[in-house]
Amino acid sequence: MSEAEIINLIVLTFKSAVPLIFAALGELVVEKSGVLNLGVEGMMLIGAVAGFIGAVTTGSIFVGMLMAMAAAVLVSLIFAVLTLSLLANQVATGLALTIFGIGLSAFIGKPFLGNTIEGLQPWAIPLLSDIPILGPLLFNHDPMLYLAVAAFFGVSWFLYRSRGGLILRSIGESHEAAHALGYPVIRIRYLAVMFGAAMGGLGGAYLSLVLTPQWQEDMTAQRGWIALALVVFATWRPSRVMIGAWLFGALTIVNFYAQSQGVSFSSHLLATLPYFATIIVLVLISWDAAKIRLHAPAALGKPFHASD
Amino acid sequence: MRIKLEPRVAASKWMSYGSPAIAAVLTIFFGAILFASLGRDPVQGLYIFFIEPLTGLYELGELGLKATPLAIIAIGLAVGFRANVWNIGAEGQLVMGAICGGGVALAFHGQGGWWVLPLMIIAGAAGGMAWGAIPALLRTRFNANEILVSLMLTYAAVQILGWLVHGPWINPEGQNFPETRTFEEWALLPELIEGTRLNVSAIFALVVVFAGWIFMTRSFAGFKVNVVGQALDAAKYAGFSQNKVVWVSFLIGGGAAGLAGLIEVTGPIDQLNATFAPGYGFAAIIVAFLGRLHPVGILFASLLMALTFLGGESLQINMNMPKAVTGVFQGMLLFFVLATDVLIRYRIRVVSRTPAATGEAG
Repeated sequence: MSEAEIINLIVLTFKSAVPLIFAALGELVVEKSGVLNLGVEGMMLIGAVAGFIGAVTTGSIFVGMLMAMAAAVLVSLIFAVLTLSLLANQVATGLALTIFGIGLSAFIGKPFLGNTIEGLQPWAIPLLSDIPILGPLLFNHDPMLYLAVAAFFGVSWFLYRSRGGLILRSIGESHEAAHALGYPVIRIRYLAVMFGAAMGGLGGAYLSLVLTPQWQEDMTAQRGWIALALVVFATWRPSRVMIGAWLFGALTIVNFYAQSQGVSFSSHLLATLPYFATIIVLVLISWDAAKIRLHAPAALGKPFHASD
Repeated sequence: MRIKLEPRVAASKWMSYGSPAIAAVLTIFFGAILFASLGRDPVQGLYIFFIEPLTGLYELGELGLKATPLAIIAIGLAVGFRANVWNIGAEGQLVMGAICGGGVALAFHGQGGWWVLPLMIIAGAAGGMAWGAIPALLRTRFNANEILVSLMLTYAAVQILGWLVHGPWINPEGQNFPETRTFEEWALLPELIEGTRLNVSAIFALVVVFAGWIFMTRSFAGFKVNVVGQALDAAKYAGFSQNKVVWVSFLIGGGAAGLAGLIEVTGPIDQLNATFAPGYGFAAIIVAFLGRLHPVGILFASLLMALTFLGGESLQINMNMPKAVTGVFQGMLLFFVLATDVLIRYRIRVVSRTPAATGEAG
């Protein structure tokens, strides 16, 4: 393998990690507030289709990104109203959001099947991108990839260095205590769900605007679920989300590469690898039950009703 | 003025029957809005979606044919959902059941007899159970989240099916399509009503519903499942093992899904192919909730859900609308079922913004 080929594979790994980074960081914030939203896959699909429609009809990728976020936030509000205001079961409602998202995105995306756009182009950072090896590796990416890295720093800072993050985490640990201190539990959870949706929408939009600039039904291919697994894998810590996302990105690319090199192994069996890898990782991480209990938000998935 | 939820002293009996009906009515209402917003006639749209698939004996047979696997899977899942054990991978267990059951039919190709079909049924249920046992084992032994594990196994199962029908099990006399040989006469479920495709599996569904009713409401094991789901601390105090309940939930859920998968390939499809799995494993989750996790409710819910599948096809044929409209209706239905659930345990009150000013105490 030549040097250029290796660089190309690493760049592809970074790219394929971006949807996972957006979606998993978003879900991390949601879960830190004590809400389990299993609708990530559905919100990503809504983001992917809305982003693509936005980009096709206006000709602007940026408008597409905004529409992806807005649409994902809109459908996530259904989840928020049901689970936060009407106290519906979070697991079931999240699943409903995924089923609804798959159906709705296929439905509204139908007329746009087969359309193509010019995807988002790399944005070489002057001077830095001219450095040999490191330049093409780190400083010649599309703006959404830079945004994903910025989101990591933003989320880390917010959760652990800001007052808002402290309140959000305290709500995720004990909503009763936070409520007694006068924090608006439900309002903050609404905001967290909406933030998670906007991030999930961006993750979906990265697929339809950058990775494969077109709309296909079910184009997220279970990345929403992998993002949920990543949050557990990361034991609810943003830095580990990044590591996990890159590992999964690498796994996807290895699979692609093996097939392009004409490996005689069944492509179907190769395609099971990410799923089995997720299971193995989940087992390794969850083995120590005490560790999960220590890191998981204590109020995760529990409904809250203020008995004022 | 704002809306406030007031806990009821006891769960409303009336609402536990009424809320699914309210949810269905709301779904139809929003469905009408959906049609109108697309510039289609809402009355015609609803007619083609909900009524057209019911006009005729053949069509009613199709309804039963689709409702059968849905009811069987949903009964199995409801056992787990009652205990807060989330088996989301019924679709994978269904595929595995079809692979194992179908594998028996292929193994005895050209040398079968009456005994092949019972053997296939056993293999199908066992295959689903085995696939369901993996998340149960990983959850009880290693504390791994059963939602994610069972779901990942679903996509793995679909790929394994793809491998089999593209490779080792491909029809040697075929045109290289990703499908197996068609099953022989003795490996097919007998027809139940002439002039329809409905087969004896509909009777299996009724048996499973009845067995589910006995298990959930009349057996000690079913009682344990309910206690673990509703009051974990009480269950621990009574010495009911949570791990055992996880195992029971996944074995029953997996076995039911495996049976449904076998029924699907020995009934209408009569071979294994890469795309036979119709998403019943996911739809059955909606059926279980729509039926309020009660066997009789599930029976009715499976018929309504089957109708949404047929309605989607009917809209595609008659109004040239995308088949995905089925998923939209199913998602809406589940949203409304979950939303109206709140009416069972809470009363909705509209109160003024400043309770103190109205002189209302406490």
